[in-house]
Amino acid sequence: MSTAEPGARWPRVGEEETERARAALEKVWAEPRGMVGWLTNVNHTAIGRRYVVTALAFFLLGGIEALLVRLQLARPESRLLDPDLYNQMFTTHGTTMMFLFAVPVMQGIAVYLVPFMVGTRNVAFPRLNAFGYFIYLFGGLLLYAFFLVDAGPDAGWFAYTPLSGPQFSPGKRVDVWAQMITFTEISSLVVASALIVTILKMRAPGMSLNRMPVFVWAMLVQSFMVLFAMPAVMVCSSMLILDRLVGTHFFNPAEGGDPLLWQHLFWFFGHPEVYLIFIPALGFVSSIIVAFTRRPVFGYVPLVLSLVATAFLGFGVWVHHMFATGIPPLGQSYFTAASMMIVIPSGVQIFCWMATLWSGRVRLRTPLLFVLGFVAIFTIGGLSGVMLASVPIDLQVHDTFFVVAHLHYVLIGGAVFPLFGALYFWFPKATGRTLGEGLGRVNFWLLFVGFNLTFFPMHQLGLRGMPRRVYTYPAEMGWGRLNLIATLGAFVLGVGVAVFLWNAAVSLRAGSLAGADPWQADTLEWSIPSPPPLYAFVHLPTVAGRSPLWDARPDQPVVVGLRNDRREVLVTTTVEALLDHREVLPTHSLWPFLSAVAVGALLIASIFSPRAVVPLVLPVAVTMLGWYWPRGPARDAAGAEERPLAREASRLSPETP
Amino acid sequence: MMLQSALDPAGPQSARISHLWWVFLAVCTVVYVLVLVLLFIGVARGRRPSAAPRASEAGLTRAVAAATAATVVTLFVLLAASVATGRAVSEHDDPDPLYIKLTGHQWWWQAQYKDPSPDRQFETANEIHIPVGRPVIFIVGSADVIHSFWVPSLHGKVDLIPTHENTLWLRADRAGTYRGQCAEFCGLQHAHMALLVVAEPPAAFEAWRRDQIAPARAADTPERRHGERLFTSLPCALCHAIRGTPAGGRTAPDLTHIASRLTLAAGTLPNTRGHLAAWIVDPQRIKPGNAMPENLIAAEDLQSLLDYLGGLP
Repeated sequence: MSTAEPGARWPRVGEEETERARAALEKVWAEPRGMVGWLTNVNHTAIGRRYVVTALAFFLLGGIEALLVRLQLARPESRLLDPDLYNQMFTTHGTTMMFLFAVPVMQGIAVYLVPFMVGTRNVAFPRLNAFGYFIYLFGGLLLYAFFLVDAGPDAGWFAYTPLSGPQFSPGKRVDVWAQMITFTEISSLVVASALIVTILKMRAPGMSLNRMPVFVWAMLVQSFMVLFAMPAVMVCSSMLILDRLVGTHFFNPAEGGDPLLWQHLFWFFGHPEVYLIFIPALGFVSSIIVAFTRRPVFGYVPLVLSLVATAFLGFGVWVHHMFATGIPPLGQSYFTAASMMIVIPSGVQIFCWMATLWSGRVRLRTPLLFVLGFVAIFTIGGLSGVMLASVPIDLQVHDTFFVVAHLHYVLIGGAVFPLFGALYFWFPKATGRTLGEGLGRVNFWLLFVGFNLTFFPMHQLGLRGMPRRVYTYPAEMGWGRLNLIATLGAFVLGVGVAVFLWNAAVSLRAGSLAGADPWQADTLEWSIPSPPPLYAFVHLPTVAGRSPLWDARPDQPVVVGLRNDRREVLVTTTVEALLDHREVLPTHSLWPFLSAVAVGALLIASIFSPRAVVPLVLPVAVTMLGWYWPRGPARDAAGAEERPLAREASRLSPETP
Repeated sequence: MMLQSALDPAGPQSARISHLWWVFLAVCTVVYVLVLVLLFIGVARGRRPSAAPRASEAGLTRAVAAATAATVVTLFVLLAASVATGRAVSEHDDPDPLYIKLTGHQWWWQAQYKDPSPDRQFETANEIHIPVGRPVIFIVGSADVIHSFWVPSLHGKVDLIPTHENTLWLRADRAGTYRGQCAEFCGLQHAHMALLVVAEPPAAFEAWRRDQIAPARAADTPERRHGERLFTSLPCALCHAIRGTPAGGRTAPDLTHIASRLTLAAGTLPNTRGHLAAWIVDPQRIKPGNAMPENLIAAEDLQSLLDYLGGLP
């Protein structure tokens, strides 16, 4: 198949030279083998796949917890789960979905795709990236290890003080929660740093900022949001654990601490968190709509500016989670206005996508079906968000099932539907095989119907007075019927997810071969074979427009002059993506794993004794030193010391062979 | 049937909010239908054979700009309506409101009726009577974790936060019994932290208040006297108070007029002799995790205790 050949879209540099380059690259970028090899691998494809698979596994666990919660609430006065188990269940569900599924899955897909989309061979800081994955995995395992021995957190995923403080939550449950936060936030920060540098400094020549795919923009914006939002939650979870372990009184009202401080810090992170999850999904939506309307996205500039505006506004609305805490009226009005304003960029995006659909040639395949489902569901979530921004309405429905409905319409509608669309869209790229289209449609309709059946009745439950986080309710409240419907819907949703797993399992073995570009899409990842070779591009590409593959000239140049005998990549300027210099990326190493083990041991031991922090700093220091031990100047094949790389930039130029 | 519905208002605040809700719902429904219709037309147009004429970019730009402008205008209208309603529900001009200090505990409500003259102050729990037509100002706080006071038929919620004092005023315009429930997750028995607000005509309220101010009715039969002795000698009195007896515990609901209440254990059980017996003997089965221990007492002692408590209207 000719499109499966690298370089087929690009003029060949010369058959023989290409083959030599390919052979050399295959050797240099080869993955280490065996168990130890698995631990040392730093290739973004492997790390990205691990992130996605691990996050989907946590998604299934969180889903099972949700089904148990729904079973408990299916009828009044149910005694299926006792209140203690119920509280652990809904806390672990929320924590899993927010920290172990939604953010990591988006970052994992980005780790996999962004280097392809910007036309390079790995993420910047590949070892840091691998370290981030192990830290994330350990955080998740920590939470579930304790959950399995009946020590799962039970103070809610928001862990309001003083309920989560030492007086009202004795034991280790909340400590586990707080340290799990630290694990996942380290991992998010690490990935965000790697993505930001990859996006700003490693783009293909010609891919200036105003030509970046919308998905890459979305990940850039999301990564910057991570940098500003995650420290807030790390600070507050660390303050909480200090209150609990060493007797500080940050949140203890009896000693002059303030329980409301927690809410401000937590929601300063917690509201942007929603956009951390949702903004990458907007990137998926743009990619899918472009591919299935066969035209560049309408309104690229407003779309990108909307992403940026959403990110900024997302940091200015956190108090709308706290209207009932006694905020002065002027403050309330400000946060109402800010919360409503955030509808404007979301509206602009939806209008731009609709304009793209109106003027494109639509192919209604499964990924697009999920995008249409996204618009239908997310719009309801956005509109119920407008209702919640209104203080008087919020005071009635805050902390009721109305909010449960709203947040699932936003997060499942806004992020999970686009995510499924993205899985259908990029599965062929990652595996070489297409997911079944028939099963895909069944998958979509089960999810769509199941979702609405589950969550729509919750709006009404909230208005009729049912608070959130109750483990049971009296029969005479009249909430039984709607709850039963919601539970049935949840199981339909569960069957939908099972159909996806089935489809993936079948397609992995027997799906139709995808070829390089099954959807005739426009971004660079579709120019390389599926699954992509480890070095991605034989010759790094250059870009002539916003749709690199559609805008490529017949004689579109490629980058030559990079060395193929080591992991060399091209660094370009931030705005224009002009040639800057070459950089050698590190190869596989066991140090990131060892460092992650040392950091993990330190964080986990601190739960049991704050004193453990002192001796366990040592392994962290040792592994980090090993990791960063200077390797001496780079040597060329003949053993001669190389000149600083930046000075060689002048030797590099895109060439038209 | 006692409902707690935001859409079944019984006072001016909840009525205004429910009115605002219907306005928002109407506007949002129109917006949603428009979005879906345009989406479907877009997909249908896009699927026509490729020779069909396409919308021009300039036309689309105008359409997107117009839709954005309409969004902005709609949001401003909704914002204005919301702020106006917010102002209306937070102001009252009655010079003589009733003050009630409401304190949240894990998992019950302590209500202290304030009055300028100390002999007209009293305390009760989990059931608040208010006069119809007169504003009531709740001064709310918490003794332990954060709770939230919410009686949907009367008003939205306000959080009960330790060391922070919040206030909320509301008025019932229609007599009735309105159920409310803690709305902020407060631990194991968050689900069983309900309260009743009984709105009565002023005369009936005054009569109720007179009864509540009075100390407990003296035990007048041998069984009741035995019950009172049991109450004050068993651990009960360590936590509960019955005014007019030596029982003066301050950490659990005041039981001076327990028999006058409609429910037990913060709205968990109807207040009947059978339920009271079950609650005294094994409260951990009914509301696991609450502060009241199991009480192993002889059957005849239990009957005396029930006689006594049942005789405290």
